Amino acid sequence: MNRLSIINLLVLVVRRDLLLAMRRRADVLTILVFFILIVSLFPLGVGPEMDMLRKMAPGVLWVAALLASMLSLGRLFSADYLDGTLEQMMLAPQSLSVLVLGKMISHWVVSGLPLVLMAPVLGLQFDMSPEALLVLMLGLLLGTPVLSMLGAIGAALTLGLRGGGVLLSLLVLPLCIPVLIFGSGAVEAVSSGLSVTSNLSLIAALLMLCLVFTPWVTAQALRISME
Amino acid sequence: MAINWFKYSAPSTFYGLAGKLVPFFAIPAAVLFAIGMYIGFFVAPVDAVQGEAYRIIFIHVPASILSMFLYLIMAGYAALGLIFNTRLSSMMATALAPTGALFAFISLWTGALWGKPMWGAWWVWDARLTSELILLFLYFGFIALHASIDDPRRADRAAALLAIVGSVNVPIIYFSVKWWNTLHQGSTIKFTGTSMHIAMQQAMFVTLLACWMYAVAVALVRVRSIILDRERTTQWVSELKEIA
Amino acid sequence: MLGVGNLACSRGDHRLFSGLNLTLHAGQIMQVQGENGKGKTSLLRTLCGFLQPDEGKISWCGTDVRELGEEYFANLLYLGHHNAIKDELSALENLRISAGLSGIVLDENQAITALRRMGLKGRERLPTKVLSQGQRRRVALARLLVGDAKLWVLDEPLTALDVGAVALIEELLGEHLSKQGMVIFTTHQPLTIKGVEIARLALL
Repeated sequence: MNRLSIINLLVLVVRRDLLLAMRRRADVLTILVFFILIVSLFPLGVGPEMDMLRKMAPGVLWVAALLASMLSLGRLFSADYLDGTLEQMMLAPQSLSVLVLGKMISHWVVSGLPLVLMAPVLGLQFDMSPEALLVLMLGLLLGTPVLSMLGAIGAALTLGLRGGGVLLSLLVLPLCIPVLIFGSGAVEAVSSGLSVTSNLSLIAALLMLCLVFTPWVTAQALRISME
Repeated sequence: MAINWFKYSAPSTFYGLAGKLVPFFAIPAAVLFAIGMYIGFFVAPVDAVQGEAYRIIFIHVPASILSMFLYLIMAGYAALGLIFNTRLSSMMATALAPTGALFAFISLWTGALWGKPMWGAWWVWDARLTSELILLFLYFGFIALHASIDDPRRADRAAALLAIVGSVNVPIIYFSVKWWNTLHQGSTIKFTGTSMHIAMQQAMFVTLLACWMYAVAVALVRVRSIILDRERTTQWVSELKEIA
Repeated sequence: MLGVGNLACSRGDHRLFSGLNLTLHAGQIMQVQGENGKGKTSLLRTLCGFLQPDEGKISWCGTDVRELGEEYFANLLYLGHHNAIKDELSALENLRISAGLSGIVLDENQAITALRRMGLKGRERLPTKVLSQGQRRRVALARLLVGDAKLWVLDEPLTALDVGAVALIEELLGEHLSKQGMVIFTTHQPLTIKGVEIARLALL
C-alpha cells in the first residue's frame, strides 16, 4: 500500500482546508469586509485631516489586521473538533505538528493574505506614499503568518470553551504586540526617511521562531484540549 | 540518609506543612514592611529632584520586581506540573497567579500616582509601565483560561502551556516595547543607582523582602484552599479536624 | 497484540473504572458492554490515546503505546460517535482525505469501489450534506475498507444504519478477523459474526 510522505501530508491538509474555504467563501469575505470597515471607521472617529491620518495609518492598519485575524481564529480548529476530524488527525501516523502547520498555512492564505493584498488600497484612503505602502505590504506579508501561528496556539487552548472567542483574543493579543510594534515601526521608519531593514528583519526573525516552535506547541495544546 | 523530596509533593502532606509554614512568612512580612515604611518615610532624605513624591518607589519598585519574578516562578511551577504530572506544582502555579497580578496592578497604580507630579499626567507610555501593563494582561490570560475550563486537569495543563509560551514571549515583548519607546522618544523613569541615598536603598531592600514574604505566605494560604477544593472527595480531607 | 493492565480512568471527580485488564490477540473481537455513563467511550478513547489514564498502561505488541506514539497510530483505526466527514465535501473527497490523514494514498477508482460496496452507488460525488444520517455513517464506515490498520476501535458503529448495512458491517468485521485483525467495539444493537465468538467486557 502506498504511504504518504510528510510533504504530501502537508499538501493534503493545505488543499483540504483551502477547498473547504472555497466552498464557504462567505466566511473569507466577511473577514475582509470587517478589516475594511474597521479601517474606515478611524477617519470618521478622528476627523479627515490628512496630516494626522497619514501619521496614524500604519498603526490603524496593523491594529485592524490584528483584530481581523483574531476573528477568523475561532474557526481554525473548532469545525474539525465538532465533527470528529480532529480526532482522526491526532491518530495520523505522521506527526500532528505537520498537520497543524498545514492548517496554519491555509489559515494564513485564507485570512492573512487577503489583508496583505487589501492593505495598500486602504492605505490610499490615508494618503500613504508609495514607498510606505510597499513597506506596509512587506511587513504584513511577514507579520500576518506570525499572527496565524500565535493565534493557532490560542485557538487550540480555547477549543470547545464557552466564550472562546473573547478569551482567545485575551490570550493572543498580548503575544502579538511585538509584531505590531515592528510592523508599524517599519512604515514609520520609511516615512521619516530611515532604514526599514532592522524592523523587517526583526519580524522575519519572529516568523522563523514561530515556524520552528508554534506547530509543536499547538499540537501539544490540541492534545490537552481533546481530553 | 536520603531525603524523600517527593514526600511533600503529595497534596495531603503538603497541606499540613503549608499550614505550619504560613506564620513564618506572614509575621516577618508584617514586621519588615513596618521597618521598611519607617526607613522610607522618616530616615530616607527628601530627593533633590523629585521631592517627597519619590517615596512611592518603596512600594512601586518591589511590586514591579515581584510581578515579573512571580510570573517566571509561576511558569516554572506550571511547567513542572505539565512535564512531571505533579499536581501540587500546578496548584502552586494557580495559587501564585492572583498575587502576581495584584503586584502588577499595584505597580501600575503607583506608577500612575508617581507620574502625575513628575510629568503632570496620570499615565505616560514609559517602556517599563507599558511592559508592566502587558504583563498584567498575561496574568489575566492565565487566570481567565484556567477559570473557563471546568476539568481541573485540563485547566492546569492548558494554563501551564500558556504560561510557558508567555514567559518565552516576555523578553521579546520587553525588548520590543523598549525599542518602540526609544523610537518615539518617550519619557523614561530613571533612578541612577549611585545617586541614591543609602537609606533609600535600605528601605527598598527591606520592603522588597517584605513583599517576598507576603507573596509566599499568601500563596501558601491559597494553595491550601485549592488543595481542599480539589481533594474534597478524598478520605484524608474528610478526616481533617477543621472540616469535621 | 493489544494489552491493557490495571487501567483506571476518571472524568472530573468521578472514577469510571479501575483495575481494568484486557488482552486482545490477533483475530479476536471484543465488545465493551455497560450502561450509559459507565465509561465505554472513555475506555475506547483512552485506548486511542486521547485520554490519559489515571493509572495503568496500554501496550501494543508488548511495548507501551506512549513510547510507540505514531507507530501505534499507524496500526489503529478509530471510528467515534462523530463521522469526521465534512458537509461541504462529497463522499469521494471525504473518503480520500480521511484515508490521506491516516497516511494512505487512495486513487479515485479505489475510493469509488469502497463507496459502492458501502451501498453509496450514484452518490459518490454529492456533497454529504444532502445525504441522510445513515448514508453519512456509511461514508464514515467506508474507511474500514481502505487501509491496513490491524486494530479497529469502533464506538457505536451501527448507529443510524439499516438492516442491510448492519449485515454488511458484520461481514466486514468477519473479513477483518479472518485476516488476523483485531476489533474492540461498543454497541447497543445485536451483532453476530458467523463462526466467531465475541468476547465481552462488562463495565459495571
